Order: sequence, then C-alpha cells, then structure tokens
Amino acid sequence: MSQTKKEMLVDPLVDNNPITLQVLGICSALAVTSSLQVSFVMALAVTFVTSFSSFFISCLRNQIPGSIRIIVQMVIIASLVILVDQVLKAYAFEISKTLSVFVGLIITNCIVMGRAEAFAMKNPPVASFIDGMGNGMGYGLILLLVGFIRELFGAGSLFGITILETVNNGGWYVPNGMLLLPPSAFFIIGLIIWAFRTWKPNQVEEREYKIQQVEAH
Amino acid sequence: MEGLISLAVKAIFVENLALSFFLGMCTFIAVSKKISTALGLGISVMVVQAITVPANNLLLNYLLKPGALAWAGFPDVDLTFLGLISYIGVIAAMVQILEMVLDKYFPPLYNALGIFLPLITVNCAILGGSLFMVERDYNFAEAATYGLSSGFGWALAITAMAGVREKLKYSDIPDGLQGLGITFITAGLMAMAFMSFSGVKL
Repeated sequence: MSQTKKEMLVDPLVDNNPITLQVLGICSALAVTSSLQVSFVMALAVTFVTSFSSFFISCLRNQIPGSIRIIVQMVIIASLVILVDQVLKAYAFEISKTLSVFVGLIITNCIVMGRAEAFAMKNPPVASFIDGMGNGMGYGLILLLVGFIRELFGAGSLFGITILETVNNGGWYVPNGMLLLPPSAFFIIGLIIWAFRTWKPNQVEEREYKIQQVEAH
Repeated sequence: MEGLISLAVKAIFVENLALSFFLGMCTFIAVSKKISTALGLGISVMVVQAITVPANNLLLNYLLKPGALAWAGFPDVDLTFLGLISYIGVIAAMVQILEMVLDKYFPPLYNALGIFLPLITVNCAILGGSLFMVERDYNFAEAATYGLSSGFGWALAITAMAGVREKLKYSDIPDGLQGLGITFITAGLMAMAFMSFSGVKL
C-alpha cells in the first residue's frame, strides 16, 4: 500500500473527485441541491453509506463468490440505505419528504457501487472504510458547493436563514429564480468542472478532434 | 383512457426522467458519445422500465403494503420498509431474465443490446421510476403506462444528447471545459428547453 491513510482521505476531494473526474453519482448531485440543508443531509447520508458499505463488503470480500458479487453488494448497500431512510423518517421527516425518492436512489448511486467494486473488493476493511469516506466527502463537497450557490443566489438564504434580504420581503436583493430550477445545477457543475480543470490542468480531457493549426506566414 | 394518455405525455415531456429529475445521469453522460449506442441503450432502458415498473407495482400491492398480505392470513403486517431492497431485487432479476430470454430467442437484438443490459441494473432511472410509482400511488394500468412512457422519455433524451455531442466535438471549446464540462452545460440547455413543456396543460 503506497498511499498513506491521510492521502486516501484527501485525494478524492479535489485530485480524484468522484463527480468532476470519475463522473460517478451525478444524478442526486443535481436533483437535491436546491437548498443547502438538504444537500448537507444528502452528503452525510452518502458518506455514511459509502464508507460502511465499503467496510462490510471488504470484510466479506474473501467469502463472496465472483459470479453473484453484484447482488451481494446490492444487498449490503440496500440494507444500509434502508437504515438511513428509516432514521431520516424518524428524526428529520421534513427533509426526508424533500429528498423523496433520492434517499432510495443512493442504492444505485454509482459512487457506492463503484468504490465497492474498484476498491473494497481488493483491499482490507479499514483502508476501504477510509477510501469510502474520502469519496463520500468528495461527493459531499461538490454537493455543498452547488447547494451553497443555488440557495444563496436563488433564494437569498443559507440553511433557511436569510442572508440577502429579497425584494419580496422589502430588501434589496432580486433573487435569481432560475437557480432554483433544475437546469441551473447542470450549469453550476459544468462551471465547477471548468474551474477545477483550470486549477489542475492534468485533468483536462484529450480532444477527439483537433482543429488544424495553420502556420502564420 | 384519457387519464392514461395525459399521464404518458406528462411522463415523456414534462417530467422527463433524465432532464427534469436527473435520473440515470451517470449513463446519460457516459454513453452519449454516439447516436447508435445511445439509441441501443435508450431502447433497453425503455424495455426494462416497461417491465419492472408494473412488476414492482404488483409486488407493492400484493406483498408489501399495509394489509396487503391479507390473502395469506396476515392482515396486520406492514412490510413497506423492505421496499427498497425488494425493488432492486426485482430489477436485478428482471435484467438477468431479460438477458437470458433475448439470448435464447432474439440473438440479433441480444447482440445489439447485450453490453448495455448489465449497466441498466445500476441505472437510477429504473429504480427511480419504481420509486415514483410507489410515491404517487399508481394503480396497475397507470404503472404500466408510466413505465413505458418514462422509459421512452429517457431514450428520447439520451438520443437527442448524443446527436448534439456528435456535432459538438468539432467545435473549439476552452481546454478546461473540454469533454465533461461542456457536456454538463449542453445538458443544462436541453433541460431548459424541456422545461418549456411544463406550460402544457393536459
């Protein structure tokens, strides 16, 4: 194991972020980010599920037969998601209503499956746990960033507390209603990816088709 | 009947799974580079969706709902908390069965769709369709219509996306935006276009 534990935790945050680089788990990243509180709960739930599912799958990795491993992984992940769902329904019913189907969709969130398949099946439990947690946090980071932008500029508040007084309430800020609508999440993530790749140029993708450069005379 | 048609139109355009709920985004972004593959995947999603949503509807009504087990002599049992695990089980099983049936009886179709079928188990659009069916309390006919039309909507979206991306690769895009970044922004513009359907009154 060449990576230290700290590197494994920090690496997925920016350098190997599950959303901006590995293109995993975008579905929920887009849909639940219209307010910061909901994004925060979602980030927490995904981090919990990713880290524990990696841990348990890694504990069982020598017992799982190769041909049915997907189903075994699914069962472990689904059990953890049911746990999260029930806890949310019991203690945060309002948020669980807003998240609606997206809690259930953590099961098919590719981050969870992707980490189970790519890391937990080959590595010891503690390392898998940390890897899962790192990836969950990388996902959460993007979620919080998008949620922050969308709630602050779309509704003028953060965590439901008014920051920019909106015109409707007698303030000065005209909220940008489009940011509360679904398409804005695409734009924000697109721009975040652009920013990340400008900062870390080694993440830039190769062009499939190059425009021919003509020598100047 | 009218109710079902308006449900279908709503599921295809207004509540498009890919562009207004962002379900199945991972595959939507990853497999939309060429029209032919996108179309193949779209059709497989539609078929699987049309089978699993009604199947899960039966499962919900006859096994999981509070009081649903009355026919077996357990009127007080409520198994709804097992919902998630049963739906994903049904989906995984259906995909497996579909793969075997296609392999045996329709080899050309199997060869065309084969590689996409395993991917579909983890496509959020499929599980999402079933969960929306549960949340909105559809009956069997509505569930069947919803399954087919939401699958069609998803197929439409990914094919359109692939069409745009095939042209897009010839354009001069800033380095950092190349690939994933511009794809997201394109998808955002498409989602905005699809939002204009939400004014349609049915």
